[in-house]
Amino acid sequence: MNKPEAASSGLSRRKFLTAGAATAAGVTVAPGISLLSVAHAKPVGQAVSDEQRWGMLIDTNKCAKGCSACVDACNTENGLNTGDEQQSRPEQKAQWIRKVDLRDKLTGHEVSLPLMCQHCENPPCVDVCPTGASFKREDGVVLVDKHICIGCRYCMMACPYKARSFIHEELTHQVENVPRGKGTVESCTLCVHRIDEDTNNQRDPACAEACNTEGHKAMVFGDLKDSNSTVSKELKKHSSKAIREDLGLNPGIRYRGI
Amino acid sequence: MKKVNYLEIDGKSGGFFALLGVLGVIILAGLGGMYYMEHNGHFVTGMDNQIVWGMPHVFAVFLIVAASGALNVASIGTVFGKAMYKPLGRLSSLLAIALLAGGLMVLVLDLGRPDRLLVAMTYYNFKSIFAWNIILYNGFFAVVIVYLWMMMQRSMNKYYKAAGFFAFFWRLILTTGTGSIFGFLVARPGYDAAIMAPMFIIMSFAFGLAIFLLVLMMGYRWTERPLGDDVIRKLKNLLGVFVGAVMYFVLVYHLTNLYATEHHGVEKFILAGDSEHTKIFWFLQILLGGVAPLAILYSKLGSSRLWIGIGSLLVILGGLAQMYVIIIGGQAYPLEIFPGMEVVNSSFFDGGSYHHYSPSLAETLLGISGFAVALLIVTLGVRVLRFMPDSLADKDVNPHHKG
Repeated sequence: MNKPEAASSGLSRRKFLTAGAATAAGVTVAPGISLLSVAHAKPVGQAVSDEQRWGMLIDTNKCAKGCSACVDACNTENGLNTGDEQQSRPEQKAQWIRKVDLRDKLTGHEVSLPLMCQHCENPPCVDVCPTGASFKREDGVVLVDKHICIGCRYCMMACPYKARSFIHEELTHQVENVPRGKGTVESCTLCVHRIDEDTNNQRDPACAEACNTEGHKAMVFGDLKDSNSTVSKELKKHSSKAIREDLGLNPGIRYRGI
Repeated sequence: MKKVNYLEIDGKSGGFFALLGVLGVIILAGLGGMYYMEHNGHFVTGMDNQIVWGMPHVFAVFLIVAASGALNVASIGTVFGKAMYKPLGRLSSLLAIALLAGGLMVLVLDLGRPDRLLVAMTYYNFKSIFAWNIILYNGFFAVVIVYLWMMMQRSMNKYYKAAGFFAFFWRLILTTGTGSIFGFLVARPGYDAAIMAPMFIIMSFAFGLAIFLLVLMMGYRWTERPLGDDVIRKLKNLLGVFVGAVMYFVLVYHLTNLYATEHHGVEKFILAGDSEHTKIFWFLQILLGGVAPLAILYSKLGSSRLWIGIGSLLVILGGLAQMYVIIIGGQAYPLEIFPGMEVVNSSFFDGGSYHHYSPSLAETLLGISGFAVALLIVTLGVRVLRFMPDSLADKDVNPHHKG
């Protein structure tokens, strides 16, 4: 009378279990390492979606004062120190990530941390941009479309983190993946060209990678929406803060120890 | 009161061509400055990644604010029905358009990519107050031109009042938009205040009227047309009221900030700091741009046209100083990225007491040329069209004139 659905669809319980086990074995590469956690990353060529939100946890307790590995790596990766901007004054040169040393005014406690675009969920730079050149991708990465940026610099006025730079002169040494140009505004892209690679080639942003290579491991990058990602687990484990949390912008970059 | 007769100016005198020549030279100098900046890039200016808006914005925002204020004279005649102001409506509207054109020229030529003006006109992010302003500024031209048309073509006169009302509301929204460019900047302690919008409106009243008074007095003096004392007296008294109102708004703005502990830093920086902004605020904005004009306009000096002219010039100077303190001073005070923390070291100039700015000649010339563009438009305008009544003698325009 009422046959089980599996049987009616031509799939016996035994076959179903066998297929399930095989699938599980397939996505498990080695004990403890599962492809499932990165399976959320999109294949190359597919549009970004809001299934991910890329973010980072920066542990200031691990960030070494005087170390600038993240800054150097960013500059190299994005072509910020390839011989351009020779005529600009230091105050005019672009910096996508910088090291800031801070001291608590009351307690005297000192911390050192890297500061870059915080990739806010509600980015003021995107709100104020007249042409829509400042935009936030579905996956939370805040970028500038260099084709429609008119160089009005209103985003720089609006950013609470002073994360953006204006290009004050002609550039000639841009790197392949990172379009930049005189008269437009730019900031940290979270190395989208790295995270947009397909699953097998996907890499952390250059800053986080360099921090790991140095052995500090102060920057953990990952998908904030994936509860199995290292960054999500770390965020769940200990308290963390956003800079200028009072502004309610919900940045994708979180800090521990400030 | 006789019927008002509008006439073009002759424009054949040596003085007329000398004026055109002087304005032309200033505009060429400004364009030269702009070419130098755009060709090399902004590294040749005093602007950087800390002070991102410099001298061009000071002039541009001043001119845009003054533009909406210059239209006020026309509005008083149309919207508030004051008969004496009606003959001034055409010149007031022309000046408004001209000042806006001058301000916008400076603003656009200071962009990083002025060649992308078309992009700004075709890509809109409607959450941006800047995008709204692009629409409001373009709309202002259209609205005021229609208003002028209704005033100048007799068969359209019946729509003149409606057009005047519409232009009045448009200009209020426009200045609200300009003030909100700063009012909506939540993260900067010097801005982020709702009072910015109404303060900009009252600033526009003062700056616009000061420029209008000067243009009116110069124009009638150089064309040797009669200009009555009643007209001047009413306008200068009104200017005094507006100057006082600006000072009141400045007072309320600072008092409110002084009450909030979190704003003490920026208030100390502006009001009692050791930077140029404190000097500019007290000496140029308050003393020369506020107290001195009030003393001139409401004392015996206020009966002399020369002194009224000086008073108006001081209001303009004070207005530019106020813009400087708002725009440059607001950026010079470092962003409070880490409240409660002191920046010990940063490669991106996060710490320190304040950011320095030394305007270059090129950007200053570009800014000044905005004034010249506005005055050139007015000069050519009154030459080719009938904007100026042939007489503004009291007996001709003031219905309450005795004698």
